[in-house]
Amino acid sequence: MSNPALIGTSGDSLREAFGKALSGLADEFANVVVLDADIAGGTGAHHFRKSHPKRFLQFGIAEQNMMAAAGGLAATGFIPIVTTFAVFCLRAVEQARLSLAYARRNAKIVASHPGIDVGPDGGSAQALEDLAAFRAIPGMTVLSPADPIETALATRAMLEYDGPVYMRTGRSPAKRIFGDDHTFQIGKGHIVRDGSDLTIVACGVEVARAMEAAETLAEEHISARVVNMATIKPIDRELLARCATETGAIVTAEDHNIHGGLGGAVAEALAATVPCPIEFVGVRDVFGVSGEPEELAVMFGIGSAAIAQAARKALSRKAKL
Amino acid sequence: MSAVKKESPVELREIAADIANAARFVRKHAVASIYHAGSGHPGGALSSADLLAALFGAELNFWPDQVDDPHRDRFVLSKGHAAPALYAIGAHHGFCDAKAALRLRKLNSPFQGHPHVLDMPWVETSTGSLGQGFSVALGMAMGLKLHRSQARVYTMLGDGEMQEGEVWEAAMCAAHHQLDNLCVVVDYNKLQSDDRNDNIMRLEPLAAKWRAFDWAVAEIDGHDIDQILSGFRRASGTAGRPQILIAHTVKGKGVPYMENVPHWHGSVKLTRAQAEEALTALGASRSEIKELLDV
Repeated sequence: MSNPALIGTSGDSLREAFGKALSGLADEFANVVVLDADIAGGTGAHHFRKSHPKRFLQFGIAEQNMMAAAGGLAATGFIPIVTTFAVFCLRAVEQARLSLAYARRNAKIVASHPGIDVGPDGGSAQALEDLAAFRAIPGMTVLSPADPIETALATRAMLEYDGPVYMRTGRSPAKRIFGDDHTFQIGKGHIVRDGSDLTIVACGVEVARAMEAAETLAEEHISARVVNMATIKPIDRELLARCATETGAIVTAEDHNIHGGLGGAVAEALAATVPCPIEFVGVRDVFGVSGEPEELAVMFGIGSAAIAQAARKALSRKAKL
Repeated sequence: MSAVKKESPVELREIAADIANAARFVRKHAVASIYHAGSGHPGGALSSADLLAALFGAELNFWPDQVDDPHRDRFVLSKGHAAPALYAIGAHHGFCDAKAALRLRKLNSPFQGHPHVLDMPWVETSTGSLGQGFSVALGMAMGLKLHRSQARVYTMLGDGEMQEGEVWEAAMCAAHHQLDNLCVVVDYNKLQSDDRNDNIMRLEPLAAKWRAFDWAVAEIDGHDIDQILSGFRRASGTAGRPQILIAHTVKGKGVPYMENVPHWHGSVKLTRAQAEEALTALGASRSEIKELLDV
């Protein structure tokens, strides 16, 4: 049952939510194997290692071999789950391209530690390019769920789907957004908060910040709709076109470079359907630095205040049309 | 899994003769398909022909009616640029059509410049980016072990390919997991795209490197069918360790003007005269040359 009182409170990190969900699904999906590059404690895969040690495969600190080997495991009837940090997935993009996507393997890549949400490890570890890189691979489905409950649902959906998937989780404790009655379907975004003046389209940790921004905007009598776009690819073009038609202005929000990620996907879809003013909230083509995630969100302009500011700008552009 | 192990000396000689015959077919067909394509890599196709012929002729438990059998042996051509030779040995054994395979690198032909598993499942995986086929083969070997299958996985690497870091990631991983169902064959022709290995990035001491990675290592003459077959036989009898056959070969083997000349590694356009000279050197008759080149 849903418990509205819990919504907005701090929950598990998305990586922990993924690890627990995967371990819980492992008996139902008996052909799942988990691949690790000496980082299971960080990715959430340690839950699976503990519950299903014989199906946990250690590759050492060697991500290229791990990524391509997943293709071979898929070819022998397993559903391999490649687990590592998002930044190390970037190291093996070409292996994911040739040995997983080009061969259309039923393999999944689950990346923890995306974006500046990584925090203290600093710029080298904060992947701001992964959504763009994996979105550009033909046939690759790209997911970025928003809270622990959705991450668990996306984990199941990913296992039920036959094909290559890249899913982002997250390092920091995540705000709860959804109740236990939440549903998830690959390729479908959904409205988390309705509004009529503009639409904020967000993914991952930015959904909770978009909800805060919508509260702030409401105090200014601005009615902001918030869409959780947990599937970056294939993007929900119908929902985007509907929101553009009904609200006339869009803000995208992501913990990623402003180039090539959610913002790019939304702009591509709306340019071809219902063009309207779009403002992009994301890291503005620079690398991150060490700090706490909330401090970094303010510093790099992806906090709720930055989303609210982008919304005001989008509204003023809409007014001039 | 090998058909060879139980054979008598007389039968062994017959098998070796069949393999030599298949290798001749592979060389001629590969040269002809590269001629028709107007591009492609002849050197490495010619150097690998005897190894491929021996694998498909006597070692692999893999037949055209078995492409979906979960317990089949697998072969992955990690040096995907030798695709013309793979297509030719496949055609020889009935995995694909020989005449269709002459439409190498053509629009709407499944015989792409590098093997693609969605075009033809029997190539097992898509290759062409060096190092990856080895890792995929390793994943297959792991998967077969998890299934408790007796099937084996073979993969052919080029020598230049071993400059890829991923190869050594996979080498360490296969030994760690004691994948004794995995066998690597190196087509060690000493030449790569631009020049000799030694002038680009030295590989030696190569056998010592693989021994240090705890592989069962054997060095063989990659054009001597008996040595190739006995190498595979020893490899398949090895317990607890993956195996590597370092096969010393000659790039462009069988075509004198190509032998040991780096130019013929790369993607080249063969003229009609060059193709005819190559096929003549490979023992093709006038009518056979006409049949191969005038399709």
